[in-house]
Amino acid sequence: MPTTPIEFGLNSFGDVPTDGSRTLSDAETVRLVVEEAKKAEAVGLDVFSLGEHYREGYVDSATPVLLAGIATATERIRLGTAVTVLSTNDPVRLYNEFSTLDALSNGRAQLVLGRASQTQSFPLFGYNLEDYETLFEEKLDLFMKLQREMPVTWEGTVRAPLVEQTLHPTMRPGGIPTWIGVGGSPNSVIRAARYGLPLMLAIIGGEPHRFAGHVDLYHRALDQFGLPRQPVGQHALGLIADTDEEAAETWWHSWQPLITMMGRERGFYPPTRERYELELATGALFVGSPETVAQKIVRMTKELQISRFDLKYDIGGLPVDARARTIELFGTKVAPRVRELLAAEGDEPQHDEHASHDLYRIGSTHA
Amino acid sequence: MPEAQPTPALPTIGILGAGKVGTVLSRLLLAAGYRVLIAGSGSPTKIALIIDVLAPGAVPLSADEVARDADIVILALPLGKYRSIPAEQLAGKLVIDAMNYWWEIDGHRADLSDPRTSTSELIQSFLPDSRVVKAFNHMGYHDLDEGPRPEGTPGRKAIGIAGDYDADLTAAAALVNAAGFDPVRVGTLRDSILLEPGSELFGANLPAEGVQDAATRFPETARGREVAAARADADEDEDEDAA
Ligand SMILES: NC(=O)c1ccc[n+]([C@@H]2O[C@H](COP(=O)([O-])OP(=O)(O)OC[C@H]3O[C@@H](n4cnc5c(N)ncnc54)[C@H](OP(=O)(O)O)[C@@H]3O)[C@@H](O)[C@H]2O)c1
Repeated sequence: MPTTPIEFGLNSFGDVPTDGSRTLSDAETVRLVVEEAKKAEAVGLDVFSLGEHYREGYVDSATPVLLAGIATATERIRLGTAVTVLSTNDPVRLYNEFSTLDALSNGRAQLVLGRASQTQSFPLFGYNLEDYETLFEEKLDLFMKLQREMPVTWEGTVRAPLVEQTLHPTMRPGGIPTWIGVGGSPNSVIRAARYGLPLMLAIIGGEPHRFAGHVDLYHRALDQFGLPRQPVGQHALGLIADTDEEAAETWWHSWQPLITMMGRERGFYPPTRERYELELATGALFVGSPETVAQKIVRMTKELQISRFDLKYDIGGLPVDARARTIELFGTKVAPRVRELLAAEGDEPQHDEHASHDLYRIGSTHA
Repeated sequence: MPEAQPTPALPTIGILGAGKVGTVLSRLLLAAGYRVLIAGSGSPTKIALIIDVLAPGAVPLSADEVARDADIVILALPLGKYRSIPAEQLAGKLVIDAMNYWWEIDGHRADLSDPRTSTSELIQSFLPDSRVVKAFNHMGYHDLDEGPRPEGTPGRKAIGIAGDYDADLTAAAALVNAAGFDPVRVGTLRDSILLEPGSELFGANLPAEGVQDAATRFPETARGREVAAARADADEDEDEDAA
């Protein structure tokens, strides 16, 4: 039985790291990200993607500019986003930026469009959070039209109308690979299917197999719309080190204060160590030795039928060496090990993919 | 063993909101044998596939129909949209409020973040002819999805409930229990602020003692003191007005 090929991506939000007792400056972090992308290419990873944030501790605000820098410093690795906050971008501008990036990188540009878990861009660019749905819906409509059927005539409520508009540089026919990032809302899954776009599951807490129902929903919606199957990917947070213990300690050191701060902003309480250990064992964090992380990714290919796995390797305050080591181990150990395990299993009879979920039967999407 | 008693008919549950929380609660209550009616903001055809895949067995209807036909209605829509809840059809019914003020969705709103009033009190005043109980709001939807265990399981997770009438709290407790969690009474609708964002219980995924302890501790926490101070000022203003 042939096994599904799997692609590996690295995601960065341009989180500002530490080096010994020193915190890097924003400018140093920008340059570090370019170096890390080069390293990602050197260790054989498939995609390098940047987020879009507007707050202290993150330097990924000008995503296409930074990706352009990476484009000229690399040759093979594909360049994407994780995610582009479509609601507060102008689709025309976005098209121009990414068609330029695609030209510059010789066809290596791609995008994930989504809501993002941070909302600073709304007030910053003069949008209302309450208008999120309309903004996203209309802008996705326009952006996909620009990619698929130029010249475009378009009218909506979120920007000036276009009449027979053509943009340059023009993208390759059909546009660049454009994914929809979702965080659990079933409506967003349907939307991705409606446009026939691949689905990126952002799973940052809890047990990933919860999303199996969303993957079913996605496939059934594609069928209903009469559209071909599209890939499903997973975005997760994590760190890879030589041992599980080292990985767990290093990550906790940066993750705990980060989640505490996020909780303060949103009104929830900081995570306990116990909760953290659960996230490592059965939850959404991919923190561990290469073998641990590889095994967990293999599980995802079964539970969620993913053919792409993106690891966000930087969180604020993480030491630069830990980041470098993660990239290296991800490319040289984890990716080949996952491929090896999948190839070995391709020869074996398939076992019941839900057999291990008996514990969670109540309320599970497959109960 | 005692003779099996015929189970009294379970109430029909309506859920307003077919998103993350609405679909999880549907599954849990369907699994417990309830008839579940569910609505999103639009026509039932829009959510038919979602329900068929994520909560098979639930009946997709319009919000009006759900409110009209269900015995108990759970609110699982964004709080900022509470004015779109079909108030008239809910008259005389028990309404379970699972909503939270989440500024990233609702926008920054002074009316939803006033420490003097719990958001469930606000919902109660919008639904004057219904009886509101707060439940299912403080636990993240993935914990709701993963946490259910049969009654009596050691370490079973608990959900805090708050309301003004004993019979309603009993009915809400039965639902929480059927969904797979230990119900813990934490006070009146006014007290339900201790289940809201900013309070220790918000996001909590704890067994009953943990929920009970956090509720008891609330007045001593920074948030508890803030709420108490805001409410004391409000009472003073009222006294002055009265004078
Ligand atoms: N996410 C959590 O972990 C969590 C946990 C506990 C409680 N809560 C609370 O539960 C509520 C729902 O959260 P969620 O995460 O499930 O949000 P969600 O995934 O965005 O789902 C919201 C649902 O509400 C529907 N809706 C909007 N207006 C409606 C109306 N007037 N009548 C009926 N349905 C309506 C939406 O339908 P359309 O898509 O058609 O607009 C959508 O199906 C919020 O108040 C939230 O604070 C959330």
